[in-house]
Amino acid sequence: MEENKEKQIPEAAAEKAAAPAPKPAAEQPAAAAAAAAAAAKPAVAKPAPKPEVPGENEIKPRLVELDKLHDEMQRLRDEEKMDFLELITGVDWGEEGLGCVYNLWSTETGRREYVKAVCPDREEPFIPTVSDLWTIADIYEREVFDFFGVKFLGHKDMRRVFLREDWVGYPLRKDDKPEEQNPLKMENECLSDTTLQYDRAEDGSIQVKENVVFAKDDYMVNIGPQHPSTHGVLHFRVALEGERIKKMDPKLGYIHRGIEKLNESYTYPQTLALTDRMDYLGAMQSRHALCMTIEKAANIEVSDRVQVVRTIMDELQRIDSHILFFSCLCQDMGATTAFLYGFRDREKVLDIFEETCGGRLILNYNMIGGLAADIHPNFQKRVSEFIPYMRKNIREYYDIFINNVIARNRLIGVGKLSLEQVVSGGCTGPSGRASGWHNDVRKRQPYAAYGKVDFKEIVRTEGDSYARLLCRMDEIEESLNIIEQLIDNIPEGAFQTKTKPIIKVPAGKYYSCVEGSRGEFGVYLESTGDKSPYRLHYRSTGLPLVWIMDTACRGELIADMMAINGTLDYVVPDIDR
Amino acid sequence: MAMKLKRPKIKNIPYEEFNDNETYEKLVAELNANGVNVIVKSLDDLFDWGRSNSLWPLTFATSCCGIEFMAVCAARYDIARFGFEVTRNSPRQADVILVNGTITNKMAPVLKRLYDQMADPKYVVAIGGCAVAGGPFTKSYHVVKGVDKIIPVDVYVPGCPPRPESFLYGMMQLQRIVKAENFFGTTNRKQKDPQTLGESIESIKEVVENQQEA
Amino acid sequence: MGEGLGGAIDSMFNLQTWTSAIHAWLLGLVPEWAAILLECVVVALLIITLYAVFAIALIYMERKVCAFFQCRLGPNRVGKWGLLQVFSDVFKMLQKEIINMRKSDMFLHDLAPFLVVTASMLTFACLPWNKGGHIIDFNVGLFFMIAVSSIGVVGILLAGLGSNSKYPMIGSMRAGAQLISYEISIGITMLTIVALSGTMQISEIVQQQADNGWNIIRGHVPAVIAFLIYLIAGNAECNRGPFDLPEGESELTAGYHTEYSGMHFGYFYLAEYLNLFIAAGIASTIFLGGWAPLHIAGLDGFNGVMDAIPGAVWFIGKTFFVIFLLMWERWTFPRLRIDHILSLEWKYLMPLSLINLLLMALVVVFGLGINV
Repeated sequence: MEENKEKQIPEAAAEKAAAPAPKPAAEQPAAAAAAAAAAAKPAVAKPAPKPEVPGENEIKPRLVELDKLHDEMQRLRDEEKMDFLELITGVDWGEEGLGCVYNLWSTETGRREYVKAVCPDREEPFIPTVSDLWTIADIYEREVFDFFGVKFLGHKDMRRVFLREDWVGYPLRKDDKPEEQNPLKMENECLSDTTLQYDRAEDGSIQVKENVVFAKDDYMVNIGPQHPSTHGVLHFRVALEGERIKKMDPKLGYIHRGIEKLNESYTYPQTLALTDRMDYLGAMQSRHALCMTIEKAANIEVSDRVQVVRTIMDELQRIDSHILFFSCLCQDMGATTAFLYGFRDREKVLDIFEETCGGRLILNYNMIGGLAADIHPNFQKRVSEFIPYMRKNIREYYDIFINNVIARNRLIGVGKLSLEQVVSGGCTGPSGRASGWHNDVRKRQPYAAYGKVDFKEIVRTEGDSYARLLCRMDEIEESLNIIEQLIDNIPEGAFQTKTKPIIKVPAGKYYSCVEGSRGEFGVYLESTGDKSPYRLHYRSTGLPLVWIMDTACRGELIADMMAINGTLDYVVPDIDR
Repeated sequence: MAMKLKRPKIKNIPYEEFNDNETYEKLVAELNANGVNVIVKSLDDLFDWGRSNSLWPLTFATSCCGIEFMAVCAARYDIARFGFEVTRNSPRQADVILVNGTITNKMAPVLKRLYDQMADPKYVVAIGGCAVAGGPFTKSYHVVKGVDKIIPVDVYVPGCPPRPESFLYGMMQLQRIVKAENFFGTTNRKQKDPQTLGESIESIKEVVENQQEA
Repeated sequence: MGEGLGGAIDSMFNLQTWTSAIHAWLLGLVPEWAAILLECVVVALLIITLYAVFAIALIYMERKVCAFFQCRLGPNRVGKWGLLQVFSDVFKMLQKEIINMRKSDMFLHDLAPFLVVTASMLTFACLPWNKGGHIIDFNVGLFFMIAVSSIGVVGILLAGLGSNSKYPMIGSMRAGAQLISYEISIGITMLTIVALSGTMQISEIVQQQADNGWNIIRGHVPAVIAFLIYLIAGNAECNRGPFDLPEGESELTAGYHTEYSGMHFGYFYLAEYLNLFIAAGIASTIFLGGWAPLHIAGLDGFNGVMDAIPGAVWFIGKTFFVIFLLMWERWTFPRLRIDHILSLEWKYLMPLSLINLLLMALVVVFGLGINV
C-alpha cells in the first residue's frame, strides 16, 4: 500500500519490537484459527514494523469546552461547510469523564474535522445537543445516552433506544456490570408514549420537560418486531390517519448483541470474528474496514495482491448484497417470482465465495495483515464466467420487475428524500446517492485498489424509491466493471504479511472507513497500547437509513412504507450491533 | 413387555444414517411407555403422516441465519419439495417456528409470545449457534444463551450459519419426531417446557431403565 | 349415420336423461317428497365432495405451477410427484388447534369462515357441469350467482371486525372496498353476455353457445374486451395477486385471517382456491361455451370427434385453462397499492366495460354477431 511504504521506521525501534513472547493462536476465534494455521506456511515472512508510532489513520480530536460546543459546531457547519456528521462515538475515559468524539466531513471541500467533548461529572453527565444542527445527531446522541448515560441538553427525546426502557445501568461504561443488574426479563416491555427533555435554565440549573411522542387518540399500528417486511427484528410504532402515516417511531435493539462491549475484552484478531455477523450482507467490507483500521494503526503493511483480492471480494459482496436487495424488495412488493430470480443469481456469487472462503454468508476471509487463505485456483475462471452471466441476467430483472408498470407506479415519486435531508441525515451509500449526494468513499478517499481502477460513481437526482432501486442496479454493473478490470491482473505476492503473535496498536484514536454495500462503514478505534481495544465503535451503515424512515414515510400510505424501507435497504443486526 | 419401536421412514435416508438415534429412541420409548391401542395407533399414524409432511414454518428470523433460510426457500435448495414452503406470517397458522439467529434479552419476551400465539401442535427448531447456545455472543450481556431457556426446543441445528443442507436435515429430524407422536390419548408433547425440564429428564431415565429391565 | 351416432352420444352425455331416469325409479320406491329429499342429500354430498376435490387439486396445481414459474421443483416428496402433499396438509389442518381469543367477538369471529365457505359453495353449485348437469338453474341464474358470491365479502368484513385486531381490520376494510368495486365490473361484463344471449339462465346461455358457437366468437370484439376485463376483475374478486391486498403479506402479515388458526383458517384457504375455480368456471361458462365442445364450421369429422368428448371434460378443461391464465398473472406481477386498485377499477375498467356494454348492444341490435 502506497501510504504505508512512506513510513520509515527507525531500526533501533524495530529491534525492540521483537520482545513479546509468542503466544499460541488459541486466542483467535476457532474458525479463523484453522484458516490462519493453514495460511501461515506459504506466507512470505516480512517482519512487522515496530508498532509504537501511530499509523496514518490516527485522529486527533480537538477538545471543545462544553458551553461552547454548540456554537462551535454551528460555526463548523455553517462557515466551514461541515455538512456531514459522520459519527458520534461515546467513550468512557474513566477519570477524565464521559464524552463524545464527533467526526465531521465536508462534502464540498472533503476536509475532515474531529471534535471532542468531555463531561467530567460521571453521576449526572450533561452535554449540549447538536441534534438541531444535523438530524442524524438525534439517534447518535440517543445511542450515547443509552450506553453511557450521557444526557444531551436540549435533545427532544431522551428515551432508551437499544435497550429495554426498564434497563438498569449503562452497559458500555467501564464500571458497569450489566449482567448482574439485568437478569433476563420475560414480561413484555412497556413502551412509554412520553419522553423527557433536559434543558439548562438561565441560572445554570437543569430543567426537565415532558414531551409527548404519541397522543392518546393516535391510531397506532405496530410494525414489528416480528414482521415479514422489516428485514429482521425491528419495531416501528406507526401512527396512522386512515392508511396514511402520520408519525413513526423506530424501536431498535431487538438484536443488540453487545458487540462493542465484547470487543473491549477481545484481542484484535478475535474482534474480527464479530464484524461478519453484523452486516452479513457486507461481511467482506466490514471486516475489510476493521482490518484496514488495525493495519494502518499498527503500521502493518499488506501486499498489493491482498489489496486487489480484497477489492474484488468487496465488489462481489456488493453484487451479492444488491441482488438480495432486489429480491427482498420484490418480495415486499408481492412479486415472488422476481424474488426467486434474484436468489438464483445470488447462488452463483455464493459459489465463488464458498470455493475460496469456505463459507456462504459468514466468510471470515480478511485477516490482519492479509487474507485467511490464498484465492482458489478456480477463482479467476469462475469470476470471469460470472461477469457476462450477471450482465445478461440483470436484463431479466428489468423485464420482470423494474420496468413493470405496477412496480413503477408504486416506486416512482414515493418516499422522496431531498439532498439536504440525506446529507443532514447522514444517509450514505446508494440511498444517499439516489438523492444526488456524491458520497462514495471509494472515490472520495480511495483505499485498497480503488485508486487504480476506473469506475463511475452512480449518482441520481430524483431521490425517490425508484431512483434508489436503479442506483443499486447500476452499481451491480459498475461493480462488474471494477472486477473485470482487476480479475486478470491480480499481482503476485504474499497473501499474508507475517504479524507478531500478539498484535498491539499504539495508543491513540483511529478512524478508517470503507464503502460498504449500503453506505459508509467506519471503524473508530481507541487504543491504550494494549492487546485489546479500549473502545471499538462502528459507524453503522443502516442506522441513518432507519432513522430517515420517519422523514421519508410521513404522509405516505402504509403500503408505501414497504417500498420505502425496501429501497432504503438496511440490515438490522448492523444497526443494533 | 418391550414393544418393538416402529422406525419412521424418511424418504431416501435410511434410519441408521440419522445422527443421534439414541435420543430419538428414548423419546419414542417415553411416548409409548403405557402401550397403545392398535386402532388408535393407526389413526395416529395417519395424522402424524399428515403433520410431518406439512410443517409450515413461521417466517421468523432475527439475523444471519434468516438469509440462509431464504436461500433454503429459493430455487436451488427448494424447501417446497418437502411441502414446507407455505411460510406463514401469522403465528396462528404456523406449525413450526425456526428460530433463525440470536435471541437477545429484549427479544426474548417477544419470542415467547410468538410461541404462545402458535396453535398446537407446534414445534421449535433452533437454527444456528446463537439459537442453540448463544454462539459467538455467549459472553454478551444482552444475549440469551440458547432459546431452550425460554421455549422447549425439538431440534437443534448447529452452524454459523448452518448450510442449507443442514436446515433440510434438521427438518427431517423434526419429521421423525412428529412421526413418533400420539394424537389420541396418552402423552402428546415430548419436549417439556424449560421450567419442568428437570423432572422430565428424571422420568425419561426411569422409563428407559424400566425398558431395559423388561 | 353420423347424425345418428351424434344423437346417441348427445343423449348419452345429457345428464338430464340419467337424472330423470333415477327420479322415475325412485318415485317407484318411495313417495315424491322422500325422493326429492333423498336427491337433495345426495346432490349436496356430491357438491361438498367435488368442492374438496377441486380445492385439493387446485392447491396442488398452484404449488406446481408457481414452482414452474420460479425455476423450482415444487412438492415432490410426499407421494409420487408430491401428489399426496395436499392431503397431508388437510390431515394436519383438521386437527390443528382452533384458538379462541378472549377479546375477540366470539360469534362474529367464528361465523366469518362459514359465511365465506357458504358463499363460495352456493356459487359453486351454479356452475353448469354438463348438459343437464346443473344443480341450481333458473331464469335469473347469473343474477343469483352474483348475489350469492357477495356473501363472501360479508364474511371477510366480519373476520376483520370480529378479530378485534388491527391488521385484520385494515385488511378487511381493504377487502370490502376492493371486492365491492370489482363486483361492478364483473356484473357489467356478465351483463354484456346477457345482452348477447338474451337470457340470464345459465343452462340456456350454454345451450346457445353449443348451437351457435362460443360467445367469445359470436360477440367478437366486445366479447373479447369483456373477457379481458373479466380476467382482471375476476382475479381481484378472488383476492389473488396482484390484487392480494387484503392479505397483503408484507404489510399486514396475513390480512383479514391473521387471527384464524386451524380449520377456520383452512376454510379461508379452501374458499380462496375455490373462488379461483368459480371465477374461472364462470369465465368458461359465459365466454368459452361451458360444456359445449369446440366446433369448427365445415369440419364435420373434427366436430364429430369433439362431440365424443363428454361435456364435463370440456367444462373442466376450459376452466383449468383459465385458471392457468390467472395463475400466470398472479406469479408474474407485483402487488398493486390500494389506491391504484381502486383507480384502476373506477377510472378505467368500469367506464370501459360500460362502453363495451353499449358496443355489445349495438352488435346485437344490428345483428353483427357471428353465428357458427
